[in-house]
Amino acid sequence: MMNRQESEQLLQCRNLVAGYRIKSGFVHAVDDVSFDLERGGFLGIAGESGCGKSTLAFAIMRLLKDNATIENGSLFFKGTDLVGLREEEMKKIRWVDISMAFQSAMNALNPVLSIGEQLTDVIHAHGEVRQSEARDRAIEALKLVDIPRDRFNSYPHQLSGGMKQRVMIAMALILNPDLIIMDEPTTALDVVVQRTIIEKIQELRKSLGFSVIFITHDLSLLVEISDTLAIMYAGKIVEYGNSDELFNMPLHPYTIGLMNSFPSLTGKITRMGGIEGKPPDLLNPPEGCRFHPRCPHAMDICEKSCPALQKVDPRHSVACFLHKGAENL
Amino acid sequence: MSGDILVLEGVRKHFPVNSLRRHGKFVHAMDDISFSLRSGEVLAIVGESGSGKTTTANVISRIYRQTEGSVVFEGRELSGKMTRTEELKYHKRVQMIFQDPFGALNPTRTIGRIMERPFVIHRIAEDRKAVSEKVDSTLTQVGLEPPDQFKRKFPHELSGGQRQRVNIARAFAVEPDLILADEPTSMLDVSNRMSIMNMMLSLKESHGVSFIYITHDLAGARYMSDRIIVMYAGMIMEIGPAEEIITNSFHPYTKLLKSAAPAPETGLKRKPLITGGDIPSLIDPPNGCRFHPRCPFAKEVCSLEIPPMKKIGDDHYARCVL
Amino acid sequence: MFRDVFSLFIENRKALIGLIILAFFSIVAIFAPLIAPYDPKTNKVEVLSIVEEEIGRTKTVEREEIDEFTEKRVYTQSITTTYEKVTTKLPLNAKPSRNHLLGTTRAGQDLFSQMVYGTRITLAVGLITGLFTTLLALTLALVAGYFGGIVDDIISLFTNVFLVIPSLPLMIVIAAYITVKGVIPIVLILGLTSWPWPTRVLRSQVVSLKNRDFVRVSRILGERPLYIVFREILPNMISLVMASFFTSTMAAIMGEATLEFLGLGNVSVVSWGTILYWAQNSGALLSGAWWWFLPPGICIALIGTSFALMNFAIDEISNPKLRKR
Repeated sequence: MMNRQESEQLLQCRNLVAGYRIKSGFVHAVDDVSFDLERGGFLGIAGESGCGKSTLAFAIMRLLKDNATIENGSLFFKGTDLVGLREEEMKKIRWVDISMAFQSAMNALNPVLSIGEQLTDVIHAHGEVRQSEARDRAIEALKLVDIPRDRFNSYPHQLSGGMKQRVMIAMALILNPDLIIMDEPTTALDVVVQRTIIEKIQELRKSLGFSVIFITHDLSLLVEISDTLAIMYAGKIVEYGNSDELFNMPLHPYTIGLMNSFPSLTGKITRMGGIEGKPPDLLNPPEGCRFHPRCPHAMDICEKSCPALQKVDPRHSVACFLHKGAENL
Repeated sequence: MSGDILVLEGVRKHFPVNSLRRHGKFVHAMDDISFSLRSGEVLAIVGESGSGKTTTANVISRIYRQTEGSVVFEGRELSGKMTRTEELKYHKRVQMIFQDPFGALNPTRTIGRIMERPFVIHRIAEDRKAVSEKVDSTLTQVGLEPPDQFKRKFPHELSGGQRQRVNIARAFAVEPDLILADEPTSMLDVSNRMSIMNMMLSLKESHGVSFIYITHDLAGARYMSDRIIVMYAGMIMEIGPAEEIITNSFHPYTKLLKSAAPAPETGLKRKPLITGGDIPSLIDPPNGCRFHPRCPFAKEVCSLEIPPMKKIGDDHYARCVL
Repeated sequence: MFRDVFSLFIENRKALIGLIILAFFSIVAIFAPLIAPYDPKTNKVEVLSIVEEEIGRTKTVEREEIDEFTEKRVYTQSITTTYEKVTTKLPLNAKPSRNHLLGTTRAGQDLFSQMVYGTRITLAVGLITGLFTTLLALTLALVAGYFGGIVDDIISLFTNVFLVIPSLPLMIVIAAYITVKGVIPIVLILGLTSWPWPTRVLRSQVVSLKNRDFVRVSRILGERPLYIVFREILPNMISLVMASFFTSTMAAIMGEATLEFLGLGNVSVVSWGTILYWAQNSGALLSGAWWWFLPPGICIALIGTSFALMNFAIDEISNPKLRKR
């Protein structure tokens, strides 16, 4: 039963388990993940390749195909659990209430259709609309992302990388969703273009009021732009909370290591650490805490059991025996 | 200047455009590139796509010949045609590390075979056994131990970080005087980047190598280098000591780069970018200063002629009329 | 590395089927004399036996007709030896039977034997031409692709010009005009008209490989161009070269059959194409002698299929996305 306070949350992910079934077993790309997203909020999910963040994004949109499935858990979106929803019902939500901007717009845009056509296609696919009205709405959406109307008939290859990404965002916005999931939307772009796009997203958020889940490996960027941060490692969230708190007081050794991997523009130049080793194979993750083989502070208990994500402050949770959980075992 | 290992003077590189429609046109990848690299220093070239930074590296490593201008290495000017002996001597002194760790390794050969080549080509070791020992010691130096385990593997069996270590090992194998590193960490996982950067720095110390470090990341440039060159649309916009460039950026483009870079410390205090716009086409670059269409401080003279490099401070120059 | 590719190839079902078909025909070709019951060109069977050996016998010649097809002759030769020769004429235009698995031609030749011996010519021409074309194309592609510049321009110009000329009419014209008829001219004609396509394909691959970072690294390390071409670029092209070879061989087999069928080869050589030529010539289609034209047609199609299957397998191996899970 949702109580009033909880129903103010736009999206509530509870113990989500999702992954891929392959010949040798099940790859737990998303392993018992929980988080909240309020209306108009900005959740940043930070993690490196292979941590499961893209699978999480697709799981929320219920776009997992073939051998990729959601095994367990719930995704409460405005009170409804998306996990059990039938495909016809999900189709009404997809793109209308929740949309997505993919990694590498270069590949997500159809090279043989003009961008105007691709936008109007989205509109037509989600309802009976007259051609002229669809066209107007498409032009409106392009205007929102600062693409002039004379580019309506341009093809993707005629646009720069930054412009293509903005088209992606226009496509994600066009049906006025409540939530946009962005999977590494600016990774392939130059730093100035990236900043322009981020500024545009923030501006649109203010005016249109949608929430954002922003997935990237660039932690330094994420700290700046998100309200809440979730650090993902090997399919699990290892630290979670308000971004300022996480930045000023990172607790999980992985978070600390990650922050030590980004040189800064200010402050003293000192030799920074980084993290040794490489991310684990999700088919056979390490016993106990998944980070323990690479952790400079690993203890005996870390090899035997996996710490749960627990609150250490009202707006800061961490899954690490250094901070919590060891006393019960 | 003595102590300069490499001097570029007025280097220009134009590529002909291969299409019927635009016949006779050129891609102005590098224009009026002049700088010097001091012995033992790390010089970072910072720029976005289309800035000409990779072309510069390709010209220095002789993948391309410059259209105009001179490249002087260790006091000798590199001429267009070199004999085989001269080429070989040059390649022993100047090496390059590429951005894509996997692309730089031949997928059909083992790491052992790949690592043998530098020693064999330059006759650094004479017989099989000596070569093998050299390979072992080089792999150990970059942290790939035990070497025997890695020598048998193929590139696709290694992780990204490990592959890049092999590339670095290969570049250092010939004991060069100059190494060009073209965005060596941008395709690696974040947690690997720091150790690779640190490794390059310590190898540089132990081998006494000069470095040209190419990157789009200003913070990374600050971490790694002594001096920074900022390039835009094929031209140098600013050059100076790393700390100077960052704390006292002069050129509006440098300021733009700095304000666009992620800086978690600023958080909410961040100001919006001073300008928008896109990188110009290199086939028809803007007249005059190439940044002027986007420059919030542009004057009329900026669209008429290219500003010359002007001295701003100690060892600090910028191409700007301000 | 190559062992891996080889085992991947064998494991692929399509490749296996293709390989089995090819192996089957190869065995038939190699052991043709043991498999074929009759001489392919003959229309009779002669059994010779010695009746008597005695000095001083007078010459004897006797002739006896045993039945419609068989005749017995007894004759003396070399003064001393008397032979008995039983000649059995093979039936003309006969349907398949126990004696003649694929029946006979209008001239009384056993088709099964013709098919068996014909395998030799077909396979030999196909494989030799395929090899010749592929080697020629590979050499041109490596030179043009790696060295670029004016060398590339010239070779590409030639390639493109020859590419545009329709190969079949060209083949027919050349074959019609040359005086020497035979298998070798066929190999040359086929080879010299089919090299442009693989050259183009292989050259593109060389160019794209040349621009890969690992080749650049080799250049910067100071490798010699020849080493780079053979040890860096070529090993990365193996699957494409194999695919080229299979395609060229397939085209050569078809081409050979076509030329022979049109009578432009040496029509007295027994190959599947000439079988079809004679079938056509003798109105086999009209007279309903299906055993004459169907077997060569089916076998050509089978061999073509085997190479096509092996080509698909190579596609699947080089592009892992195509592999079935």
